[in-house]
Amino acid sequence: MTDTSLAAPRTAARRFPGPGLALGLLLPLGLALIWEAAVAAGLNNGRLFPPPSVIAGTLWALWQTGALADHALATLGRVGAGFGLGVAAGTVAGALTGYSLLASRLLDPSLQALRAIPSIAWVPLFILWFGIFEASKIALIAVGVFFPVYLGLMAAIRSVDRKIVEVGRIYRLSGPEMVWRILLPAVLPAYVTSLRSGLGLGWMFVVAAEFMGASEGLGYLLVDGQQLGKPAQIVAAIIAFAILGKITDSLLAWASTPFLRWEDGFANHR
Amino acid sequence: MLALDNIGKTYPNGVHALDGIELRVDLGEIVAVLGGSGCGKSTLLRLIAGLDRPDPGRVTLDGTDMNGPHEKIGVVFQEPRLLPWLSVAQNVGFGLRGKRLAERRRLIEDALQRVGLADKADVWPRELSGGQAQRVSIARALVTRPEVLLLDEPFSALDAFTRIDLQDHLLHVWAQTHPRPTLIVVTHDIDEAIVLADRIVIMRPHPGRVQAEIAVDLDRPRDRAAHAFEELRRQVMAVLDQSLIHRLD
Ligand SMILES: Nc1ncnc2c1ncn2[C@@H]1O[C@H](COP(=O)(O)OP(=O)(O)OP(=O)(O)O)[C@@H](O)[C@H]1O
Ligand SMILES: [Mg+2]
Repeated sequence: MTDTSLAAPRTAARRFPGPGLALGLLLPLGLALIWEAAVAAGLNNGRLFPPPSVIAGTLWALWQTGALADHALATLGRVGAGFGLGVAAGTVAGALTGYSLLASRLLDPSLQALRAIPSIAWVPLFILWFGIFEASKIALIAVGVFFPVYLGLMAAIRSVDRKIVEVGRIYRLSGPEMVWRILLPAVLPAYVTSLRSGLGLGWMFVVAAEFMGASEGLGYLLVDGQQLGKPAQIVAAIIAFAILGKITDSLLAWASTPFLRWEDGFANHR
Repeated sequence: MLALDNIGKTYPNGVHALDGIELRVDLGEIVAVLGGSGCGKSTLLRLIAGLDRPDPGRVTLDGTDMNGPHEKIGVVFQEPRLLPWLSVAQNVGFGLRGKRLAERRRLIEDALQRVGLADKADVWPRELSGGQAQRVSIARALVTRPEVLLLDEPFSALDAFTRIDLQDHLLHVWAQTHPRPTLIVVTHDIDEAIVLADRIVIMRPHPGRVQAEIAVDLDRPRDRAAHAFEELRRQVMAVLDQSLIHRLD
């Protein structure tokens, strides 16, 4: 006799990446080594594409002066603020249009029209409206994050299985109960995916935002590296972008796993 | 008593699914609704369940008009329709409200035990076989102690062995529940109707009407190979043939 716990079932702990990770590292590490050897052997002077040791040196120097952390934090702050705003707006709009046909008829056409505009095209206007400093940058990032979240959530709510909604109706759930007990869990996987694509776009747009005039941030390091002819600094900034992007995405994915363990998809059966 | 008075239903697309259905079902009675595909069986069940509104006509339970889903009426759908993000126990307890945690646990445990799945309380629905999942959905429907349980082809997706097993299981659970709930079982399967029902309602299509009612006066448990069973099967078959002839008119 089991003690019926009403708690979620336990699922086996997540597997360690193991041999898959080693296999995935083979190509980039191999290429880096080959390039390092080629420059060391004098086959290329490595001035336009510095070898890994030079890039590592630049990263280390930037780190030691504290500049790397400052720039990374500045960028992270912008992405965080823009992501927060974009997610908030996208969630509200997506929830409204997904749930209510009226809201959808009212809002969706306008939002779809706005979506057709390449987001970078807003830059001049945002600078006029919000100035050249933080506000315009955050606004641009928020716009980039907004659309995937909006579209993802709206589509997810609309495609919630009618059959499962009927189970809620049979048990006479009220509107809020239906949202909390049926719709929310049902859309969560798709919502998390849309958050992750939103975050990816946030990182893309922060670069554009920092190109439009910034005195700090990883994007500034890129521009600075180009203007002063320092390719190692550019690559160092690119690597920092990649690492931060990956870390934030993994954090998001990790934070959502406890809520998605029930998923019966391909990924849970490998 | 559940009463259907002059029930009709025309869908917005113009399909006249039901017309002039009259039915009285006593508490604790088991009624099987038998008929060909498209003759309105699911529509009828949805109207009783309150998922759709009849037009015209009305459904009353013990004299009270049913407008929309009601706590005294439970439903088992053709598919288990378990919520994949809840454990089996949480699924069974989905419709329990206003009860203390300990009381809920006891009811859920009891319901799972009655369908023979006490050991599956803490697994995800995806870890169940089709037959087990359907048993969980029966437990979910029974745990709120409905007076009337509607089952829409509950076993049709299962293999013959599991189906016979679950038919016996359903009867067992029904007999163990006090007071016994009314069961209305929609089915395509003549044997299933004869095994389960006190009364078989045979429908014919275009629009869906009641063609005939046949009482099943066999002792339980019913022997599927018995002569009387065979005789009844022949009788039901004849009426079903009649309803098909109507369709070809
Ligand atoms: N939501 C709907 N909208 C429009 N027409 C419908 C709808 N549901 C059912 N119908 C039509 O109503 C008629 C009766 O359908 P119903 O599903 O009640 O049949 P059924 O007897 O349950 O059939 P089956 O045995 O195949 O499940 C059919 O002609 C069907 O096309
Ligand atoms: Mg049907």
